Amino acid sequence: MLQEESDLSLIIAQIVQKLKGSNLYAQLERQAWACLQRPEIRLESLKEDIKEFFKISGWEKKLQNAVYSELNVFPLPSHPSAPPEHLKEPLVYMRKAQGSWEKRILKSLNSMCTELSIPLARKRPVGEQKELLNKWNEMGTDEPDLSLFRPVYAPKDFLEVLINLRNPNYENGDSLSFRTHLGLIQVPLKVKDIPELKECFVELGLNTGQLGIDDSTQVPPELFENEHVRIGQKVLAQQDSAAAQQYVRQGSPTALRAELWALILNISSQPEDILYYEQLKTNVIQHDLLVDSLIYKDVKLTASNDDYYFVFEDYLYQVLLCFSRDTSVLGHFAYNSASPPKSYIRGKLGLEEYAVFYPPNGVIPFHGFSMYVAPLCFLYHEPYKLYQIFREMYVRFFFRLHSISSHPSGIVSLCLLFETLLQTYLPQLFYHLREIGAQPLRISFKWMVRAFSGYLATDQLLLLWDRILGYNSLEILAVLAAAVFAFRAVNLMEVTSLAAAEAVLADLSTLKVMPLLQIFLFATVT
Amino acid sequence: MSRVVVPCHVKSTVALQVGDMRTSQGRPGVLVVDVTFPNVAPFELQEITFKNYYTAFLSIRVRQQTLMHTPAKWVTCLRDYCLMPDPHSEEGAQEYVSLFKHQMLCDMNRILELRLILRQPSPLWLSFSVEELQIYQQGPKSPSLAFPKWLSHPVSNEQPAPRLEGLPDPSRVSSEVQQMWALTEMIRANHTSTRIGRFDVDGCYDLNLLSYTCFCPSCPE
Repeated sequence: MLQEESDLSLIIAQIVQKLKGSNLYAQLERQAWACLQRPEIRLESLKEDIKEFFKISGWEKKLQNAVYSELNVFPLPSHPSAPPEHLKEPLVYMRKAQGSWEKRILKSLNSMCTELSIPLARKRPVGEQKELLNKWNEMGTDEPDLSLFRPVYAPKDFLEVLINLRNPNYENGDSLSFRTHLGLIQVPLKVKDIPELKECFVELGLNTGQLGIDDSTQVPPELFENEHVRIGQKVLAQQDSAAAQQYVRQGSPTALRAELWALILNISSQPEDILYYEQLKTNVIQHDLLVDSLIYKDVKLTASNDDYYFVFEDYLYQVLLCFSRDTSVLGHFAYNSASPPKSYIRGKLGLEEYAVFYPPNGVIPFHGFSMYVAPLCFLYHEPYKLYQIFREMYVRFFFRLHSISSHPSGIVSLCLLFETLLQTYLPQLFYHLREIGAQPLRISFKWMVRAFSGYLATDQLLLLWDRILGYNSLEILAVLAAAVFAFRAVNLMEVTSLAAAEAVLADLSTLKVMPLLQIFLFATVT
Repeated sequence: MSRVVVPCHVKSTVALQVGDMRTSQGRPGVLVVDVTFPNVAPFELQEITFKNYYTAFLSIRVRQQTLMHTPAKWVTCLRDYCLMPDPHSEEGAQEYVSLFKHQMLCDMNRILELRLILRQPSPLWLSFSVEELQIYQQGPKSPSLAFPKWLSHPVSNEQPAPRLEGLPDPSRVSSEVQQMWALTEMIRANHTSTRIGRFDVDGCYDLNLLSYTCFCPSCPE
């Protein structure tokens, strides 16, 4: 809470600080110097003339997109007295819970190292480097014995931690009160109700055209689809991130999606991006990490067994192995409640100058992690581009699905939102499932942690992710999870066990995302 | 404008409650904290900062020295300032807060004593308070580092584009950021503890086990 008039100055200062180290800043400076040679630039109106030059040459738009991207990703400046960890997570008990969870993960990794007598990281011998380089594009053909490796944790382990999360200053009395929440999540975060969600997701309303509904074969394309595609092409021609973000709230046409998402995420592939990716690849070739085996195992257990994604197995290895080496990902820990694990170069334990992050990107993959990448393989066919998009999606959205925080898009809030929606709008169903020991969150949690990847048909998943990007929020995941329960409510009222409830909800691949969301949000009596 | 911390003494919290404190089951919903300034001449208050701990509303009263030789009066200078938008949930519960003199209902000069009145109407919280309380007065004037007028107040003839809710207008911010080099000298380099670039040390990244201690300087470990 700061003086309102100083807010803008602080935001500007923060963005300037971020952009000053960027490639864009150097390019802008070069352009400004270069344009001084132009006849229309006059000394007496230098500032205005340079601004005008930036506008007509398209550089203003690039800068605007960069600023918009920063505003979307980074939290607004916090209070000057607030320590850095407050920006990561303002609630102390959440920070402590995240810290304890991290310790558990580290212990699990360490015990695996000890049991298997393998190091966390080692330099590959030259022969091994050559071999890996030769089979870089067909790593899926390799069949190493990974039977002894186990995922560090699975979503259900994480759910148990969230269920036990408590605010020590909260009255957790047994007596039922007006605030009683009958779900598994017992932290008093504020979540939206349906009227607030309607206001937030107004573009999903029944009177607004939607891809995912109004592009079905029964609807003539001239009613909505043709015009929507035309507007999409115009948005791309304008190269405006904010416009693209607004546009995809109504869904993105398949042919334009890859470019629109790249524009929203402010990713324009430059030659240096390809070089950067190649450098990461070199790092993979040179060093062998324990997390490589975890990645390999995860791809084998998930994407390789998926009817939609098995063909992308090699892409997944390439992207995820490079991701684990990317130290630029460490930057997101400034606003992530998690902290990167730390290790010491062998033989230098305790010497801070030999302290390093492990893995280099600070992110330890869990069971299902590769499913964050898999759907993107349908959109991007060059590994470096696929890599850039995934990395940006991760540092904007996906990290929130496996860290403990009070953020509205964090997994704790999503769980609470899901349970609150069910308890409020489907009380009989909620109470019935609770009574038979089939707490709804035990079923829906895995959907939300994976952002529904691997559960929905890919075309439906991409329509869902359109809206995540469009609203810069993951709350839609909880709404969809509740909508699925509402859709299957009649069948669920008949079940008498958790196993039976899971069977009813085992296959989501036939569901249509947009009709479900619309009916739940806009056709529910509130 | 520079500011200087005023040394102060924060007295023990006094709970306001109807009935017998020992036998009453309900927790008090109002706490009073008195702040005195021993060995400090009456001063003009510039800013108050603190970290909230589950206080929903804050009122502040000040005792000011009068010009005549009449007894100093208590005046309410802030009434029911909202710290938690929804007292029943976490938002704002552990936020850092600054209150400035221009937000107050009266002049903040000749201050002798402060009284903070904390309210928490929700029965859900076991305790509430404010922490890390700091009182500031105006320090000696320093050379101005203010933004140039053209940077703080850009003139635009165009209609602003519609913006997404909750975010500052990107075109306004970007038009100001276009003058980045004008700000270059004003903003110190950001010395982040995060190492970006290579992850090895002198070409070596041979690791055996993970350490359980955290990297961030603020951690207790």
